[in-house]
Amino acid sequence: MIAIVDYQAGNLASVRKAFDYLGAESAITSDPQEIARASKIVLPGVGNFEATTALSGTLQEAIVRAIDRQIPLLGICLGMQWMFDSSQEAPQLQGLGLFPGECEKFPAVVKSPHVGWNQLRLRGDSHLLRGLPRDSFVYFTHSYRAPLVEATVGDCVYGGEFSAVVERGRLFGVQFHPEKSGPAGLQILRNFCEL
Amino acid sequence: MLTKRIIACLDVDGGRVVKGVQFSDLRDAGDPAELALTHARSGADEIVLLDISATYENRSTLLDVVRRTARELFIPFTVGGGIRSLDDAAAVFDAGADKVTVNSAALADPALIARIAHRYGSQAVILAIDALRINRGDGNDISFGVKATGGRHSTGRDAVKWALEAERNGAGEILLTSIDRDGTRGGFDCELTRAVVSAVNIPVIASGGAGTARDFVEVFHDGRADAALAASIFHLGITPIGALKQELLAAAIPMRWPC
Repeated sequence: MIAIVDYQAGNLASVRKAFDYLGAESAITSDPQEIARASKIVLPGVGNFEATTALSGTLQEAIVRAIDRQIPLLGICLGMQWMFDSSQEAPQLQGLGLFPGECEKFPAVVKSPHVGWNQLRLRGDSHLLRGLPRDSFVYFTHSYRAPLVEATVGDCVYGGEFSAVVERGRLFGVQFHPEKSGPAGLQILRNFCEL
Repeated sequence: MLTKRIIACLDVDGGRVVKGVQFSDLRDAGDPAELALTHARSGADEIVLLDISATYENRSTLLDVVRRTARELFIPFTVGGGIRSLDDAAAVFDAGADKVTVNSAALADPALIARIAHRYGSQAVILAIDALRINRGDGNDISFGVKATGGRHSTGRDAVKWALEAERNGAGEILLTSIDRDGTRGGFDCELTRAVVSAVNIPVIASGGAGTARDFVEVFHDGRADAALAASIFHLGITPIGALKQELLAAAIPMRWPC
């Protein structure tokens, strides 16, 4: 069972719907015990980095312990940003620090938020992006962006390059919304289900 | 490169897609769930479903339509029409919408935008503006007024100022419809679009007047729109989305293609 972690950060129904469509069993939950039993964990979320305060305490402990047990974790949008050290959006808070660096605001030369379909540039091997055509378009909607790191396997250009996909071992993060990215997005979620 | 977006709009009344000319003269154009999937497969970047009757009796019909439409749709899906409260918005999100549009209710209560944005994020709230040209005196002095309740009532508001206020309130996008052009297939109102695009820093979706590919080129170039929305020309196959996107690519407008 895939646990979709509910931390009151936006609408999770569409992530669930995508897993239903792919025939993967999933549940939206904020119960640490259910997360402890999950075979995979998805951290979705949209909105302000401050929303991740709801992930502290027992919920965060359950997620960290699952990571230690090599349970695959996929962070989507805000969920991915929380896997970094921190964000300029709420500098008083800490992320999980699974990937290094701080998420930053887009430079003033481009409109923010970055909303719409943009191209994914593949950089290096990735389980998550397996079978994905080069330069596939995916759907973004975000005001902050994660820096390029060693684990960046896909980047995107909007007011400069940023991390669109990070991957290290069983840890995955995508800045865009695979559940809203048409066939390309479904391919990514299918790859995650098949890990 | 971030693409311009082509959005297919389903105007729904009593569970069926209808399309009128200048907000009236409705004709049946099909089942919303089927049309949404057809458009998604043809290359639509987003689907917008507007409940144009939005009467109390029709709410449960609408939620059922939203649920059916969302089930196999994996591109952004926006629902609007008759959203008067955070509870109305929540019901539509629960049924599978990714974004909502608010219009008349936000005119009466601008804080509604902030309440929905606070709970679901700004990216989930689109302010819909129905704008009408107002010519004063010599014809060079044009402004754009805002109409409420499906274009029926004047509000005394200015479209550009209202868009700015909505942005400050937390709206994530503006859906800007020209009442003058709606349903005419005579081209978008590029002047209106450019006026709002220049004022705000959030994406603007141009609507009303889509006919040919040339109209889309103009609204992206001259109107500087981030997205363009159309209904009947897609439903009736007058301008197929795939062919439209290829023409726009040929005109050097960034498009998601192939889809």
